[in-house]
Amino acid sequence: MRVTFTVNGRPQEADDVWEGESLLYVLRERMGLPGSKNACEQGECGSCTVRLDGVPVCSCLVAAGQCQDREIVTVEGLAEHAKARTCGTGACGSAKGTGLDEAQQWQARPTDESVELSPIQQAFIDAGAVQCGFCTPGLLVAADELLERNAEPTDADIREALSGNLCRCTGYEKILDAVRLAAVRQEA
Amino acid sequence: MGTTGIPTRITQGTPTKGGIGESTLRPDGTLKVTGEFAYASDLWHEDMLWGFTLRSPYAHAEIVSIDISQALAQPGVYAVLTYEDLPTDVKHYGLEIQDTPVLAHGRVRHHGEPVALVAADHPETARRAGAKIRVEYAELPVVTDEASATAPGAPILHEGRDDHHAGHVPHPNIVHRQPIVRGDAEAAARRADVIVTGEYEVGIQDQAFLGPESGLAVPAEDGGVDLYIATQWLHADQRQIAPVLGLPEDKVRMTLSGVGGAFGGREDLSMQIHACLLALRTGKPVKMVYNRFESFFGHVHRHPAKLWYEHGATRDGKLTHMKCRIVLDGGAYASSSPAVVGNASSLSVGPYVIEDVDIEAIALYTNNPPCGAMRGFGAVQACFAYEAQMDKVAAELGMDPVEFRQLNAMTQGTLLPTGQAVDAPAPVAELLRRVKAMPMPPEQQWLSAGGTPPRSAGGTPTRPEAGGETADVRALPGGLSNTTHGEGVVRGVGYAVGIKNVGFSEGFDDYSTARVRLEVIAGEPVATVHTAMAEVGQGGVTVHAQIARTELGVTQVTINPADTQVGSAGSTSASRQTYVTGGAVRHSCEAVREKVLERGRAKFGTYHPAWATAELLLEGGKVVTDGGEVLADLVDVLGEEAIDLELEWRHRPTEPFDLRTGQGFGHVQYSFAAHRAVVEVDTELGLVKVIELACAQDVGKALNPLSVVGQIQGGTTQGLGLAVMEEILVDPVTAKVRNPSFTDYLIPTILDTPPIPVDVLELADDHAPYGLRGVGEAPTLSSTPAVVAAIRAATGLALKRVPVRPEHITGT
Amino acid sequence: MDFLRPASWEEALAAKAEHPTAVPIAGGTDIMVEINFDQRRPDVLLDLNRIGELQEWETGEETVRLGASVPYTRIMENLRAELPGLALASHTVASPQIRNRGGVGGNLGTASPAGDAHPALLAAGAVVEVASVRGTRLIPIDDFYTGVKRNALAPDELIRAVHIKKADGPQQFSKVGTRNAMVIAVCAFGLALHPETRTVRTGIGSAAPTPVRARPAEEFLAAALDEGGFWDNGKLIPPAVARQFAELVSGSASPIDDVRGSASYRRHALGVMARRTLGWTWDEYRGNERTIRCA
Repeated sequence: MRVTFTVNGRPQEADDVWEGESLLYVLRERMGLPGSKNACEQGECGSCTVRLDGVPVCSCLVAAGQCQDREIVTVEGLAEHAKARTCGTGACGSAKGTGLDEAQQWQARPTDESVELSPIQQAFIDAGAVQCGFCTPGLLVAADELLERNAEPTDADIREALSGNLCRCTGYEKILDAVRLAAVRQEA
Repeated sequence: MGTTGIPTRITQGTPTKGGIGESTLRPDGTLKVTGEFAYASDLWHEDMLWGFTLRSPYAHAEIVSIDISQALAQPGVYAVLTYEDLPTDVKHYGLEIQDTPVLAHGRVRHHGEPVALVAADHPETARRAGAKIRVEYAELPVVTDEASATAPGAPILHEGRDDHHAGHVPHPNIVHRQPIVRGDAEAAARRADVIVTGEYEVGIQDQAFLGPESGLAVPAEDGGVDLYIATQWLHADQRQIAPVLGLPEDKVRMTLSGVGGAFGGREDLSMQIHACLLALRTGKPVKMVYNRFESFFGHVHRHPAKLWYEHGATRDGKLTHMKCRIVLDGGAYASSSPAVVGNASSLSVGPYVIEDVDIEAIALYTNNPPCGAMRGFGAVQACFAYEAQMDKVAAELGMDPVEFRQLNAMTQGTLLPTGQAVDAPAPVAELLRRVKAMPMPPEQQWLSAGGTPPRSAGGTPTRPEAGGETADVRALPGGLSNTTHGEGVVRGVGYAVGIKNVGFSEGFDDYSTARVRLEVIAGEPVATVHTAMAEVGQGGVTVHAQIARTELGVTQVTINPADTQVGSAGSTSASRQTYVTGGAVRHSCEAVREKVLERGRAKFGTYHPAWATAELLLEGGKVVTDGGEVLADLVDVLGEEAIDLELEWRHRPTEPFDLRTGQGFGHVQYSFAAHRAVVEVDTELGLVKVIELACAQDVGKALNPLSVVGQIQGGTTQGLGLAVMEEILVDPVTAKVRNPSFTDYLIPTILDTPPIPVDVLELADDHAPYGLRGVGEAPTLSSTPAVVAAIRAATGLALKRVPVRPEHITGT
Repeated sequence: MDFLRPASWEEALAAKAEHPTAVPIAGGTDIMVEINFDQRRPDVLLDLNRIGELQEWETGEETVRLGASVPYTRIMENLRAELPGLALASHTVASPQIRNRGGVGGNLGTASPAGDAHPALLAAGAVVEVASVRGTRLIPIDDFYTGVKRNALAPDELIRAVHIKKADGPQQFSKVGTRNAMVIAVCAFGLALHPETRTVRTGIGSAAPTPVRARPAEEFLAAALDEGGFWDNGKLIPPAVARQFAELVSGSASPIDDVRGSASYRRHALGVMARRTLGWTWDEYRGNERTIRCA
């Protein structure tokens, strides 16, 4: 079947979608947007969290067909989304997946290059909240949404909002630091 | 060439920023927060196929027949492979013992063992085809524990063993046995005023890394294969893959993809050979990605263990002797069982001075899930038991458990049961002192301060209290599930300390390779570091750049992707990478620096006498004397020609433990951490909330303090998981895994994980680069027993098994 | 597999009539896991996300008509006063992401004994509104669960809404899991005091083949409250009564041993939760009474 929807502000169309495919699969394998992660595919880890019409959901539990005519924001569009929130523009960057060539040429780059990041993305880097990074995209989408509706979350609020996102590397302390940091910077 | 200490940094000019000791940020951070970082499961190739693995539904069965005809006939299916299709005589692999079949041959030995492979144009097509493979099994009796493994007439898991442990084990279903005898435990026991025994059990823990096993195999025109893979050790994979494919190693070219955590679970092969086989058979790129269910079958777990301990002590609190027997269940295949036995036995005494010991550790072959490497292996299981014993002995003596530990704590110079002296600082008592001195978290912090209702968009349930105070269930045992508003909640505090070896032990040639290039690019000196180290999240790439900056005095460092174009870096395991590959990077940098200075002397030596007489350093892009005088710009010294060196570096050699006495210089280095756990237990429901888990650890030298703390907090949390929730449950009758999902294999959420204050001690180990100690594993050891000690303190229960379940606390 | 996307409720009912084996999908919490893990391959998936009225609720004089797909998050945030028991239960459902998409229709459709909404719906005495092209039926919650993961729906029926009386007294919900968030119930308990009728109702989750009420406990407690004049005098409930209530709740369950917990632990925990939730609800009832009296 064909599914037409908006991803990170850009109209997208997927053809020959198997009816049982999840939104996660379509994003990762058909849209070239592998940022949303496939850690459990049973709604128990949050690594595939995306915004569906603004609401954080597990994209592994959304059937692709349910996204017809709906709006998705993934981690790839998070910087633009945050920017639009602050500056009121609706523009969205071009999302791209990882081709093999790019993967082969992967190089560690310094963090201060001119990539525009959302406050929460920058805070995750600065606070040391990223280790293996597999949980990071889902946490970023969830944390960004928390800060959107609650500019001054308490620690308990942060913990509750992120309680659907598993991290196996960090012990969560640096993730809490990152959200606190982003909240403070947001206020400043 | 000195191997210790930090170069003297006396600088007139610009200091080099981002060197060792600074909390520089991850070079891969930006890619990871934008979703662009390419993990193994993100890879994509034009025309690629999807691989699927058919697995055994039985733990032990004979394969009577396999019929692939229907599967092969499915549209979209390109290949179906079984054991019969393996191209060479090499049909097994293994880290140490090659006992694991690439695909099952005639028999499956554990639930989930790979039996057949499918390649198809869509994962669903591959799954549907897999369902059409007809396998006829005849079930066999299962071996599940020591009794059934060694019973007369027990099924032998591996007939005709010829591995190097086969000769000394008492039964073919025992992978390896390591006794350690020192002093005279029997005689010493007679001096003891109290003797305390205990029997302990550790369940099967899973690494539960979030990035599932995955990779992409691309057939090459030269008949070889390029494999993009998430692993812990590229060269060990290559060594095991190539012979099965019938290819020379240089035709199995491996590149590390993004790795979503490892924790030991990627030390063994999973889908590597399978993807290559399918790619070579179909001539097309093949991607394989395990789902979470399959991942639980796709990698080894932490060995479950049964441990019997006896300790004696004199009335004044001195330990007299220790006897123990540790039985580790390795499951169907050997994996790293021998090394786990080595660690468990040699570290079974813990960080204590006990001169008379009688120790035995064994690992079994059974039909349970294969077990191997997981963070802290061998030492984790032992630490849970010996720390429980320490509390028990202290209680028996009426002593404070921390003071009792401090009284018996090892120090530099203490002999381990193996006869090996601990020849670096061993601040065991000090770590305990520090962790005990940390301020305690406030009592009843679930009563929110000042009577203000807790803030929550979701309307957190609260309870009106007498003083107008409200309980925030998020801070209580049971959390959001609203099981208590304070009823039945009792606080407990517990302590534990542990010892872990760093690096590969027992005579293993544990080396690493680093290629370092220094050149001028766009008028700037730039260093490029190329190693095969698997960056699995630990931050090795960050540290390598820091080392290069410190040693070469440059700001710009490029870290090349890890692949097999460069020599082996060894495994990202055993807390060893910063030590060993970090050591290799430093060693290569030093050699590059020597070349720079040679070139500088040749070019400029006549201009300044210090070129010949002074100790010279590279600092801030310049050649400087140890007195801080600038002699030349690095750019001018280098000129047009790059300096490029690839060198190996190894830590000091170790030796195997004697097979009868366990004596030997077996370990390279030790790492120590201590924890204090504060828990609140709902004693009626048996639910636990860890309130705080403080840690003090000696890291020798924190090359990147931010990463060090991150490692300690992460390791601590995995220990918490083992203490209260994590266990792979295996049916005792069928040996089938009962909870292969994140629904029923639970790991801590952010609401289960408390604040983890960390006190980092830096006492240099003079044998190690920069005096550093491996950091990753030690915090995983003492976390578990500290949490359980705190639960014991809250409940008064003995609690001999982890994870502690509500049933254990409530006696139901 | 077919994927049907009806744009209206009528279209959905027509589709379900035409394809009685079609599996409705709304929040996807259960069905997508089964599809992702190759446990189920329905012939037809029937997407209910496009039917706006399923995500709406109407608050009447006495009753809330709660659309089957109203997300748990909305229930927690917006219906705490009217449906306190269900709001508490909603808060314990899985994760924030799942609470953002899942609704009671999914719990009822799957009818797993572990569904978090069931004890609250049982305790509140909800009525399930189901519909087909043949018409609409109102099924009392007590008749809804018919077996392990089975319910009273006919093959052509869909769940439209749940009618729940606005709380006339305190309600509580408590659930035991072995993790402090994102956990499936080992067992769960819901309790609602109904001062208007001077009755109490309960619901037990994950401790029997279906969600069940603890009727003997309800009857015992109602009688005890009545006999002691507690509804009027607002006195503390004697510990012996609370104990007996807890024992009867525990005895109403028929749990099994499984990977999540033992049968005996489940019985034990139900008793503890029954005693505690009775304490919390009764405290609240007494507090309200006092407030009213003072005013």
